[in-house]
This record gives sequence, C-alpha cells and structure tokens, in this order.
Amino acid sequence: MTPTPGGTTHRRTLRWQPARVLALRDETPRARTLRLALPEPRRHLAGQHYVVRLTAPDGYTAQRSYSVASAPDDTGEIELTVEELEDGEVSGYLHGVVEPGDELEVRGPIGGYFVWPGDTPALLVGGGSGVVPLMSMLRQARSTGTADLLRVVVSARTAADLYYADELPGPQTTVVLTRTGRGRLTVDDLTPLVRGGEDVFVCGSPGFCDAATDLLVEAGVPVGSIRTERFGPSG
Amino acid sequence: MAGATRGFFGRRRERDPRLPPGQYDARDEWPVLNAEATPRLDTARWTFTVEGLVERETTWTWDEIHALPPARYEGDIHCVTTWSKFGMRFDGVSVDTLLDAAGVLPTATHVIGVAHTGYTTNLPLADVTGGKAWVVWDVDGRPLTREHGGPARLLVPHLYFWKSAKWVSGLRLLDHDEPGFWERNGYHDRGDPWTEQRYQGD
Repeated sequence: MTPTPGGTTHRRTLRWQPARVLALRDETPRARTLRLALPEPRRHLAGQHYVVRLTAPDGYTAQRSYSVASAPDDTGEIELTVEELEDGEVSGYLHGVVEPGDELEVRGPIGGYFVWPGDTPALLVGGGSGVVPLMSMLRQARSTGTADLLRVVVSARTAADLYYADELPGPQTTVVLTRTGRGRLTVDDLTPLVRGGEDVFVCGSPGFCDAATDLLVEAGVPVGSIRTERFGPSG
Repeated sequence: MAGATRGFFGRRRERDPRLPPGQYDARDEWPVLNAEATPRLDTARWTFTVEGLVERETTWTWDEIHALPPARYEGDIHCVTTWSKFGMRFDGVSVDTLLDAAGVLPTATHVIGVAHTGYTTNLPLADVTGGKAWVVWDVDGRPLTREHGGPARLLVPHLYFWKSAKWVSGLRLLDHDEPGFWERNGYHDRGDPWTEQRYQGD
C-alpha cells in the first residue's frame, strides 16, 4: 500500500502557529476535547495529528502529538482530544490549566500513512484513546453521507471510559466494554465486519494494537492491509 | 519562538546534559511505535543483505552474521516522539564490518535501511560508518523482543530512533538521497536530535 499523496506532510504545514482555545469539552473524566481556531488553517485528512508545544517563561518547552478528532472541514478550526496521563507534563496542563481564550502553539497537520482518503471501504478498530483519529474518519463519512464505507469497532473499559459516547453509536459501530461488558475483543466481534479488500486502521496502546492485529489476521484480513497507530505513554 | 504559554512552567528541571532539547527521560519505560503490524520472523529463515553500490552483494544468514566479530553500543537513544533512554546496552555487529565485507563503491553517498516488513529509512553513508551504527540482536543482555524489532534491528543511536529500523533485512547503497517511509511522510531526512531535526524543514 502506498500512502495517499494528499496525506504527505507539506513543509508549510509544519510552521508553528498560535492557535486560540475556543472551547473545552470533557469526553470522560480523563479525556478532554479542545476546540482550536487556527490563524493559518490547512485542511487535514482524517487520521492526521498536530503537535502542541508549551513554553515556560524561561524558554523551556514541552511538545506532544495529538490526533485530530474533528472531520476535515473548512471552518479553520480543529478539535484535539487529549487523554490525561499520570504525571503528564503536557496533558496535565491541557486538563488542569488551559482555559478558553488561551493561545497554544501548534504545528500540523502531520502524517500521511494513518489516513483515510474518504472514499474507500475501511474497518476501524480503536481501543481507549485510540478512537480519536477514527472518530475523525467516522465524522467525515457521516457528514458526506458515505458512512456505509466504514465499519467501526471501539473497545473501552467501561461505559464511563467511552469517548464520544453520545455520537459514536450507529449502524456502523460496535462498542465492546471490556470490564463491565462481556470482556475483551474477540475474533467473533471482527469476522462479521470483514468484507474483503478494505483498508484496516487499528489505533490504541501497543498491547491493544498487537492483540487486535492478531485477531484481524485470524479473521482473514491480509496483514499488509492493516495500518496501526500506537499511542504510548509520552506525557 | 513565540512567548510563554500562560500558566505553563514545566516540570522541575535539573536539566540532564544527556537529554537533547525537547526530550524527556523515559526511565524504565521503553515505548513502542510502529506503523505496521508487528511481524513474527523466524531466525532459521532470517537474512541480512548489503546491496546496491557495492563490489559484491552480500547476504548473511542468522548463524553467519553471528560468526562476525561482535560489537557493542553502550549509551543513550532518542525517539522523535520525545522520549530518551539512557545507558542502554546493545550487542550485535558493527555496520562497518558488514559494509567492508561487501566493499562499498566510491560513488555511494547514502544508504536505505530496509526491513522485512517493507519499512525503509534513508541515511547519509557517513552516519552509518566509522563506528556509529550497528545491527543488533541483544539489548541489556537479552534477545531483542519482536515489538522492539527482534530478531534484529538497525541501531543508529546518534539520530532519532526511527532511523534504527526494526526487523532490518538489509542496507542498500545509493549515490543519492531517497526518502524512506517516515521521511516521505514529513519526517526529517537526517534526524539529529541535538538540533531537533524532527520534521522536514527543521
């Protein structure tokens, strides 16, 4: 598979720009969505990410990457959903300190591999915070009336840990609750969703990605059509 | 650089001189990041090939590469996703040994590290010669696990760690630079952590 040409990250997109925080919305007790206005908007592709950089008064900086949750559009605004990590230097700030009206430096959109072009059948498999880039894909598909291209499986520990709980359900989506439901994702969850020939996007912790990849292969998906995005503990 | 972010002061920092700018010490964690599914590679069928602008294309089996003079790297590694790890110990063979066996032609200026998964990464030849790069199979005295690139990965520790291709299958010598997998997707062609060459244009 070759990356979509449109997904190539352009040099211009990589300049830092000051984004204004428009709104904050809690998705779960540990996940919050930031809506940002960009002075130099550039349309993203579903699956791409931005880097957020914080600067201390003495010039010290910390930067982390966050997936875009909103669908590609022409509003000049994006939404990033940020999971609060224990002792997270950047995520802690974005949960505890930031307020609407603040400016944050961002650069992006970045990434040309884990992107859905918007017009091909795809199976999306997300665990925990891994649902974020998949939500961008689902929102895009629904807004363009092409939701039937997608099949979406989202795994969360409990209903309270499920991101976008009001918006996610629909004929395309299956939610698996691993603690309060009937346990972890199984091959039987995936087999009925595999149509053959689709691209598969897997996003979550490294452990989730490896487990989901093994199940997908067992369900008959060629390993070469699986793209993974691993979210690690990076603060 | 823009001004300070309101209300951000950062972690208390007695800045470790081993830490390049924008990096943090991952301590006991070794985060994993790759774009493709983690492959299961059988060492009985594993090979490593040096090809392209060389006098003789050379392929080693798992046993043959282990029979070469051993080489060790002890030091730090730095990932572009901002973690660094200090005091790692990797065992394998020096890339110098492999290139010497194949005989690099004078026209060669760059190499492409190739993986069994099809992953590629580009490097200036000067960044993998002179004791700066290895093919390694042990980390801290234990076999490299598959999520960290086992059975063997490239190790180029003075550059960001995506250059250290996991599941490495060979090196291709070229007379020009040719962007690899992440480099085509916006990441830097060289990737020096000390000058923060994270993305194209940095």
